[in-house]
Amino acid sequence: MASDSTHLSHNHHVQPVGMYMKVFGALVVLMVATIAVAQVEALKEYSLLNNFIAMGIAVTKATLVVLFFMGVKFSSALTKIFVLLGFSWFFMLFFMFCDYFTRSWEPVPGWTGTSQETAMPRENRWSEGFDRLK
Amino acid sequence: MATEAAHGHDQQWLVHHQYEDYEQQSESYIVGMWAFLVTEIMFFGALFLAYVLYRWQYQPEFYLIHKDLDWVMGGINTTVLLFSSLAVALAVRCAMLQDRKGVLGWLTVTQLCAAGFLVIKYFEWSHKYHKGVWLGEGFKWGEGVTKYAQDVSANTAQLFYSLYYCMTGLHGFHVVIGIIVIGILMRMWFKNNPLVTKDYVPTELVGLYWHFVDLVWIFLYPLFYLMPR
Repeated sequence: MASDSTHLSHNHHVQPVGMYMKVFGALVVLMVATIAVAQVEALKEYSLLNNFIAMGIAVTKATLVVLFFMGVKFSSALTKIFVLLGFSWFFMLFFMFCDYFTRSWEPVPGWTGTSQETAMPRENRWSEGFDRLK
Repeated sequence: MATEAAHGHDQQWLVHHQYEDYEQQSESYIVGMWAFLVTEIMFFGALFLAYVLYRWQYQPEFYLIHKDLDWVMGGINTTVLLFSSLAVALAVRCAMLQDRKGVLGWLTVTQLCAAGFLVIKYFEWSHKYHKGVWLGEGFKWGEGVTKYAQDVSANTAQLFYSLYYCMTGLHGFHVVIGIIVIGILMRMWFKNNPLVTKDYVPTELVGLYWHFVDLVWIFLYPLFYLMPR
């Protein structure tokens, strides 16, 4: 039986429990970090930077889960290709944003509504910021 | 050598006729599961796209409305899900070692975490429901919401909450499916079904699904509960 389990270990990449514990610890630390960053008053005025930090932490956490909990780091090349396929979504996302965020550059008659109630984002209202609430 | 050969023979009955051997079959199963998870990423991806577009459009309003969500509750839920992910990873590890008690123990921990997640979600949602912050025509905005959030028009609040309920709702639905699937898997382990006790791959596939549910929440939490100004 002993040789059986070594055989299994060899084939299925059984990892030490300590590795899972370390990854979990890192995930919790990153979660605390993302909460802490969101509370920092000094950072609140830098929305874009803050978003990048929050998403950077989220992507790091996701990478840890994918590589270690889902075992992709120890899996076959074919599996890795399929995992990377999941990220192709982000490229599609990028091209869709290119469309949305450049629409206001080329106005179309009848598409000029800026009311808050319009369903489609037509103009970049980011720059107006909080002023429009007052 | 002799033991390995004997072992290989042991697993041969698990291999379906279209596969060369156990390793090839296992790889196909896992790649198939990832193909499914890629479609899930696209499924959720459409909602994330909608979120980003409206967040870009209504950033100041969304920032004020998000103060109405309880980041402590969300944080507890994040910890609960991260821990359930650890439990599943350890259950899969036990399945590789054919440790039946270990698998059943860690899957029970996962089920408890999943149930805990849904209970916290229920408190969050029912609290909002009683204030009238809900989907559809009966949407009420103003009374009982956080001071800052009151400055925002009801229409924008409704837009925010449509996204919130759709995305956390779809995620919650995945948690429910996870509970059912893990329940079926636990029953198979409990009954000593050789399909799971002699082959770790079914447990691994359920584990992959559960980690995906965790992955979605890793993004939902900062996007809804920790919005920067």
